[in-house]
Amino acid sequence: MRWLLLAALAVLLALPAWINSYAVTVFIFIFFYAFLGQAWNLVGGYAGQLSAGHAAFVGIGAYASALLSVQAGLTPWVGMLVGGVLAAALGTVVGYLGFRFGLRGFYFVLLTVAFAEVCRIVALNTDAVGGALGFYITFTGNPRQFQFQDNRAYYYVALGLMLAATGIVAAIERRRFGAYLIAIREDEQACEALGVNTFRYKMLAMVVSSFLTGVGGTFYAFYLFSLQPNSVFGIPLSVEIIIRPIVGGAGTVLGPILGSFILSPLAEASRVYFGQGGWSGAHLIAYGLLLIAVVLFLPQGAYPALRRLWVKAAAR
Amino acid sequence: MAVGLTLIFGVMRVVNFAHGDMMVWGMYLAWLLATRAGIDPYVGFLACAAVLFGLGVLIQRLLVDRIVDAPHEMQILLMLGVALVLENGALVAFGPDPQRVRSPLRAATIWLGPVFVDVARLVTFGLAMILTLALYLFLNRTDLGRTMRAAADNAYGALVIGADVRRVYAVAFGIGAACVGAAGALVSPIVPFQPAGGLGLSVASFNIVIIGGMGSLPGAFLGGLLVSVAESLGAVFLSPSMKELVSFSLLILILLFRPAGLFGRAAS
Amino acid sequence: MSAGGGPPLLEVRGIGKRFGGLQAVRDLSFEMARGEVLGLIGPNGAGKTTVFNLLSGFLAPDGGEVRFDGRSLAGLKPHAVCQLGLVRTFQIVRPFPHLSVLDNVRVGALARRPQMAEARERARAVIEQVGLGAKAGQPAAGLTLAERKRLELARALATEPTLLLLDEVMAGLNPTEIEAIVGLVRSINASGISILLIEHNMRAVMTLSGRIVVLSFGEKIVEGPPAAVANHPRVIEAYLGEEYVHAPAR
Repeated sequence: MRWLLLAALAVLLALPAWINSYAVTVFIFIFFYAFLGQAWNLVGGYAGQLSAGHAAFVGIGAYASALLSVQAGLTPWVGMLVGGVLAAALGTVVGYLGFRFGLRGFYFVLLTVAFAEVCRIVALNTDAVGGALGFYITFTGNPRQFQFQDNRAYYYVALGLMLAATGIVAAIERRRFGAYLIAIREDEQACEALGVNTFRYKMLAMVVSSFLTGVGGTFYAFYLFSLQPNSVFGIPLSVEIIIRPIVGGAGTVLGPILGSFILSPLAEASRVYFGQGGWSGAHLIAYGLLLIAVVLFLPQGAYPALRRLWVKAAAR
Repeated sequence: MAVGLTLIFGVMRVVNFAHGDMMVWGMYLAWLLATRAGIDPYVGFLACAAVLFGLGVLIQRLLVDRIVDAPHEMQILLMLGVALVLENGALVAFGPDPQRVRSPLRAATIWLGPVFVDVARLVTFGLAMILTLALYLFLNRTDLGRTMRAAADNAYGALVIGADVRRVYAVAFGIGAACVGAAGALVSPIVPFQPAGGLGLSVASFNIVIIGGMGSLPGAFLGGLLVSVAESLGAVFLSPSMKELVSFSLLILILLFRPAGLFGRAAS
Repeated sequence: MSAGGGPPLLEVRGIGKRFGGLQAVRDLSFEMARGEVLGLIGPNGAGKTTVFNLLSGFLAPDGGEVRFDGRSLAGLKPHAVCQLGLVRTFQIVRPFPHLSVLDNVRVGALARRPQMAEARERARAVIEQVGLGAKAGQPAAGLTLAERKRLELARALATEPTLLLLDEVMAGLNPTEIEAIVGLVRSINASGISILLIEHNMRAVMTLSGRIVVLSFGEKIVEGPPAAVANHPRVIEAYLGEEYVHAPAR
């Protein structure tokens, strides 16, 4: 299995030399959403706390680094960390409120959605950050400002982000932190009885997850150059974030990546084929159907199912 | 609207994330009836309710039934998937632009004491009250209604006494959908609607139901009143676009301090 | 089974718990010495599991105090109590269904051995000790009830407890399985772990316990060695009702 992954990595690294700019863009989105999905995976997949408000962290990271860059001249390479920390601060608040007050399942989902919506409404109504018109970054192409002339540079940055997040999650899975998160997802009370400080570990997962997602916000800002509260804080973005790990396999290292490789091309294809003439939402219908199918037939996601097939094939 | 949601939760313990999107379809159906068949939504809402009842039963039989015992996260995701399909189906079918239904009642206003009141809103309010009352009577006076309440309290016990629990679930879901279909139709002349509004309506429904108490009918009703009043006050004192802030803040507070809501039973 | 010298391992003084209108536990006091096996019995609804919840930190007592190894347990969450060495099992077993037997027990072992490899080793050893060695790789969901009870026991053992609270570990088992568990509990005690067990199976309780505390309607009614407790009129009354107290012995 390991050599397969290394081969795939080598291919991805060499790819930009062989494909056109449009394809590079598709891959950028695959990597970027895989990154966000992987960050979510830690708290939503491993710890089992379904957060449907992760867009809030993207938004905070995006606005923070954008504002700092445009108004204070701070390079986004540092602004990225500031954005991450601010996002983690919100994550701490949401996590603290949710976990301290024992909110589970649906109630926790609603809490996260509520916070994301509050962020969105506040951003819409705050003229200092552009209000409903949005916040714009002028394109300079200056790498020190996290901007690149060449699409391919963004490709490698996005790939790097995805690999970094995956590495972090893999490292966590191998240690006690990861084992505890998985156990918490199975049965929190039983964990408590076995000496696991469930509050602490859920919080840790939330903080790491929201920090990484906030860092992703910077990429969002400096790749798209415009921030609209409804897009960057909105529920549709949260859905994009969570659907990849869920379809690919929540609570697995490769799940979010697999999910992104399945869903991003799907979205892009339907956007291309149906994008003209009012069918622009068609890819979301496919998302919905896929989500239904996964829940009914493959609740653990695509990756575990594939791995079972692989094991069976190898056993022959 | 909230009443339907609380019914579904109360009986099946399933949270219907597609609620708002069903409502949007109710609105569009009313629009279709109004523009194609010339039927006023205040009459047509019955048809909308019926169609959505059918849709609800279909969804329940095909999908929800399979995951009634699954972990909550799975149920949420399933309904989210349904929501996505419904919302974007509406987008494909009707286009993204906001619509409104024309009704002869819309322009009429009457004096009610010291304030002008829209006749349209008054009729909507009145019909909503009547429907809620009808639902209440159904649950408390008819056999099927009583069976539904029994299943809500104790599904296993209901099975033991011979109730067809699966049928009850289907009907409950259907009625919940019908409620929201009717709500959509009744509201269609008053507010502009568009496919993207579905999620917002779902969240609004949850707001109300949580504040009023999940699974409690009077709670849903009072919750609806409370949230509307709070939002209107918010619109007046803060600013119109911030009124949602009020209901979200209220939601957060209730989630933290009294998740059972004002009248609700505690969630399992 | 003999009590060690020195201060008591567990001191329970006057704890109580009320749920709405129901006084589940009332003014309960008892002590446990190091190395003891103490049985906690009483009719259904007597409050025994509530006592376990109070001792292990899942519930806070309304009043009174619990001291373990000289330390007060007031305000401690269950994980903290476990870290101190007091571990409980659940009456209705709660394995982690999707994890293997080994991974289940490893979660317990991680409490004392944060390194994954060490924890794995310890988990393996404990699994052998309880006799589940052959099933180490199997998902917990596929085990029989008797195996799940052993798993529950193994997980708790893996945390290296000083005092083990066993909640009806024999419930639902057939006589052969019960014999096996009795032997296992005895060997665990022999290795130095003190045991407080809730049990309905009277034979098991009588054989294993050095002393027994009897609860009825949340209050301690009798305390003493098994023989004394078995024939105590108040105990008979609690279980069978007043009419049987003076029934002729057969």
